[in-house]
Amino acid sequence: MNTVLTLMMPLILGSVGLYALGRKVDVFAALTDGAADGLRTLLRIFPALLMLLPMIYMLRASGLLDALTKLAAPVLAWLGIPAELTSLMLLRPLSGSGALAAATETIREFGADSIIGRTAAVMIGSTETTFYVIAVYFGAAGIKNGKKIIPAALIADLVGFVMAAVTVRWFWG
Amino acid sequence: MQLAFIWVIGVAAAVGYGIFADTADAVAAALFDGVNAAVEFCLGAGVIMCLWCGVFEVMRRAGLADGLSRLLRPILCKLFPETSRHRETFDALSSNVAANLLGLGNAATPMGIRAAQGMAQAHGRRSARELATLVVLNTASVQLIPSTIASVRAACGAAVPFDILPAVWVTSVCSVAAGLLSVRVLRP
Repeated sequence: MNTVLTLMMPLILGSVGLYALGRKVDVFAALTDGAADGLRTLLRIFPALLMLLPMIYMLRASGLLDALTKLAAPVLAWLGIPAELTSLMLLRPLSGSGALAAATETIREFGADSIIGRTAAVMIGSTETTFYVIAVYFGAAGIKNGKKIIPAALIADLVGFVMAAVTVRWFWG
Repeated sequence: MQLAFIWVIGVAAAVGYGIFADTADAVAAALFDGVNAAVEFCLGAGVIMCLWCGVFEVMRRAGLADGLSRLLRPILCKLFPETSRHRETFDALSSNVAANLLGLGNAATPMGIRAAQGMAQAHGRRSARELATLVVLNTASVQLIPSTIASVRAACGAAVPFDILPAVWVTSVCSVAAGLLSVRVLRP
């Protein structure tokens, strides 16, 4: 299992490439077109990150983030979630780039293989930008009785946050 | 617009608290640390993300998403009994879920919107509930390969960037299940 996870990226590259060649896809053109697309996405989120990361760094340097973290600590301790992830959880449903910025900062500060760093990664990997998705679908499909969808979606997010902490402690605690 | 509030309140709070707590020097220095971090993100995690986008494009052109959406149909029939009777809407729905599983965000959204529009047009209480189920499936991520955050982990020196996969899968299943259950209980 561990070898599979270590080789995950090259394995996917190789097997997808072989399969696609078998289906007569011009693999290299697809790779570079996709990467160019990714570059455009990166260019689109870069300005947001350029503004949001300084904001998060300033909040942390001022000591306000620590103060807020201390306030939230008792509730989060009861849920089993590290208090250092407060800002990440607050940003997650609201802003994809904001949450990514907060997670990147947390992973860099505590280390990618620390419990806190891993929990941040699992939280990002298993949740979505809830309010953005809801806004897109409400707008496109003209949903009328949509207000009841928000609590259901937020319950899913909360369960995701708690389970991220539980599974990380379970696998690496 | 929500980001406007978050950003302005965040910066104002940092400066205000910095003056109050006598950490203003650190706040000023942090501004430039943050800018550097944004550039580092693009050169580190950002380029790895681009590589993944290339792989996802190969998956899409090889028809992996179509194959997966066919595999998913029996399960989705159980979850969306009303929609499964409308051919076009059901096709869009299964494509949406398949694209989400593979992490093809750009392909998933238009399909999901098409499915949602079909469900909204069908009227009826059961269609409305299935529409809510579709939205919750999309707000609770069901991604099999969380490539973005794995790129961040790789750039931050993780020994095995993808070793979080089992934890992500277990967590995703729990949060999706909680979302689906909540839709049933709250009955929108």
